[in-house]
Formats: sequence, C-alpha cells, structure tokens
Amino acid sequence: MQVRIFSDTLENSAREHRLVVLPFSKSVEIAYKSIRVRFFRALITTLSLVLAVSFLSFVDVSNDVANGMLASGKPGLRQDLIRSGYDLNPQDTNVASNPKQRWIIILSLLVCVVGIVNAQLMAVTERFREIGTMKCLGALDRFILRLFILEAGMQGLAGAAVGALIGTLFALAGGLARFGLAAVQLVAVADVAASLAGATAIGLLLSLLGVLYPAWVAARMQPVEAMRVEQ
Amino acid sequence: MPEVSQVVRVVNVTKSFKLGKIEVQALKGVDLEIARGDYLSIMGPSGSGKSTLFNMIGGLDKPTSGKVFIDEVDIAQLDAYELAWLRCRKIGYIFQTFNIIQVMTALENVTLPMIFAGMNSEAAVQKGMMLLEQVGLADRHSHKPFELSGGQQQRVAIARALANDPAIILADEPTGNLDLNTGEEVIALLKRLSQERRVTVISATHDFKMLNVSDRVVWIRDGRVDKIENREELSISIGRIGVRG
Repeated sequence: MQVRIFSDTLENSAREHRLVVLPFSKSVEIAYKSIRVRFFRALITTLSLVLAVSFLSFVDVSNDVANGMLASGKPGLRQDLIRSGYDLNPQDTNVASNPKQRWIIILSLLVCVVGIVNAQLMAVTERFREIGTMKCLGALDRFILRLFILEAGMQGLAGAAVGALIGTLFALAGGLARFGLAAVQLVAVADVAASLAGATAIGLLLSLLGVLYPAWVAARMQPVEAMRVEQ
Repeated sequence: MPEVSQVVRVVNVTKSFKLGKIEVQALKGVDLEIARGDYLSIMGPSGSGKSTLFNMIGGLDKPTSGKVFIDEVDIAQLDAYELAWLRCRKIGYIFQTFNIIQVMTALENVTLPMIFAGMNSEAAVQKGMMLLEQVGLADRHSHKPFELSGGQQQRVAIARALANDPAIILADEPTGNLDLNTGEEVIALLKRLSQERRVTVISATHDFKMLNVSDRVVWIRDGRVDKIENREELSISIGRIGVRG
C-alpha cells in the first residue's frame, strides 16, 4: 500500500518536470564517501599539492619572519638578516620575495598542477565503469562533473591546509634556529595568518584547476561504456 | 494512463558505423515489437548486430535511420535531459559485470536511482529495503560490493534495476559471470519479479537456461532478424542446436 503511494507521488512530480535530480547535499555525501573509500588514492593525488603549497607558505612565512624582525628596528637583527643571506639595502623597510624565488614557486605550482591532472585522469580511467553505470541509472553530465569537482575541492582544501601548515611550521622553526627567539616573538601574527590563508586558497584553486579537464572527460563519457566487458 | 500493449517498437532500423574509412552496417533494417510484460531474449553470434540492437532498445544509442519507440516515445527526438530521465525511470539495467558502484553499500546502490528520480531519502531507503528483501538480501544492506559474492551482487543489481518501477529491464548477459547454480537462481529471480511486477525483461544472452524461461527469442543474424520463436517452438530448436553443436 505504502509503495503505491510512493509511486503515485513520484508519477505526479515526474510528469510535471521530467527531470532527474541530485541534491547538492547528496553530491557532497557521495564525494566524501568516495574519497574515504579510496583514501590512499586520494592521498597520492594530493601529495604533490601538499608539497607545493608547503613550499609556497614556507617562503611566504619566512619573509613574514624577516619583516617582523626588520619592523622591530633593532640594528642587530638587521645585521643578522643580511648575514644570513637577505639582500637588504640600508633604506629597505621590508623584505619582498625576489624574482628568482617567485619563479621557483610558480614552477613548483605548475609542476603540481600537471601532477594533479595526471593523477585525476588516471582516476577517471579507473572509474569509467562506475561513471557509465551512474549514467545508465540516469545521471546527467553535470552530476558527474559536480562529483569530481567536489571531490577535488575537498581534497584540495584538506591538502592545501595541511601543506600550508607544514610550510608555516618549518618557516617558524627555521627562523627560530637561525635568529633565536626574537624571530618568533617579533613576527606579526596577522601576516602569518594571511600567508597561511593565501597558500591554502591557492592550493584549493590549483586542485580545482587540475580536475577541470579530467572531470570534463568523465562527464562526457557515454553510458554504453558501462556495458563493456574487458578481460 | 491508457494501457499500451507494445512497450518497445523498433521500426525499420538501420545503424552504420565508420570503422576507419570503411562504413560498416551493423543493422540492416530491423522491425521488432515487444509486448508489455514479455520476457524476451535476443540471441545471435558476436558481430551480428545483437549488441547494437540491444543498446538501441535501451536508449543508449540512436539509429541511423528508422525509429525506436520506448513506451511510445521516439528516442531520437529526446534531448540529453529527457534521455537521462528515460534511463532513470523507464529502463532498469543489469550488466554482465554487475557494476555495483564500489564505494556505496548495497542499500545506497539501490536507492541511488530513486534519488535521481527525485524521491526523498527516507522513502527511498524504505523502498530500497523492501526491494532488497524481495531479492533476499535484506540482512546484507550495509555491505559493500567486495563483501558480496557475484550472485549477491547481481541480485543487488536486480533490486537497483527495479528501483523506479521501470517498464523495461535490460539485461546484458546477466549470467555471463556467474556459475551454473547462481546463474539459475538469478534467472529464476528475474523471471519471478518480472511476472509479479509485469516488467518487460529484454536480455542479450548465450545462456540456454535463460532461453528456457523466455516467452520469445529473437535471433539476429547479419544485421537482420533471422527468426522469432515463441517458447513452444523453442524447446525443439534448442534440442536441434544441442545436437548440431
């Protein structure tokens, strides 16, 4: 009896707008479970991102440390900075990342994106049957696209946050080792927080950028692929 | 809703593919009518156009010329959204390789098509449990596919195919990856459910156990319908094939 009621309401709502749906909360749930089940795979995909983002935040926070020391106005600290390799002119009041540093960062981020594209394309190939099956069950292209982007977003956010944290910790530890307690005491917390947030945001962006093409490949897959038997 | 007696109509369908520079005609004019509630098997050697016809009936492929009607809807006229809707609501798919979604439990697999159809979670879970009960797997609802045997996975797939009360179940070699006994169980289950729910079952198969329960068998050869046999005629011709082979 109850089943009849279900199918009646279904019939009515479907006749109105003949549209398949996947609520956003359900997409998030599926994407999350998908990462959890394939945790090791997700870890490898994210590892290059963790490394690149931690490098980025290491450089940023190192500069924050140096800036904190400069801002204190103590001449001894200024000498320490110059001695440890910072190119400071007498009139400089802050340390900005130099072009060479920036190039290395950009290069590492680029390599990281290529790595992500590669890993995600492989993930798509591995999941061809799953995607085809979902399409046979009625999934639209955009459901598949959304699932992949959500997965990449979650992986990206987690990976980038971990990477940024690691980089920050190393930069602070490095400052501590090179310049003593003063380095950590003088650094502006707001600057470090901004560097951390910036690195995380860039990491997330890169992860999303890296998944766009693979997700598009996945979404355009034909449902008939699910029928294919390969052995 | 008026009762339509023909759930699938294939009218003079041809299909050609381009393989490199050569044009291959997989179907050379096929006419076929499938009645609601029928249990139909499509037989034919590989390369006969069997899979092409089968995919066309399932709305997975469009004909080069001719028309395919599913529930009196011409599938060539449908856009991507309507095709997805058709797959979701009108057709249930069963695969040779089961294709249970690996990251989801048995119950989540069964409820997924209902969620696509817009049913709320609670109702979907309730109906999913009922369907799993019908295929005898109620106590296994929280198991992941790798914790289930092949026969159990195929039964989950059957429950999933029935989720939205489809008009057609399309089964592609459903017993191809199962041993003899499990295969028989799955066939019996399909037959029972199709009778109880008046669902049309269309299967592509080489399995003679499957032919035994079929109402009709369509033999495809060289892109055309070779012959259509009803069950009464069938036992004789199977016997003959057995002797020949």
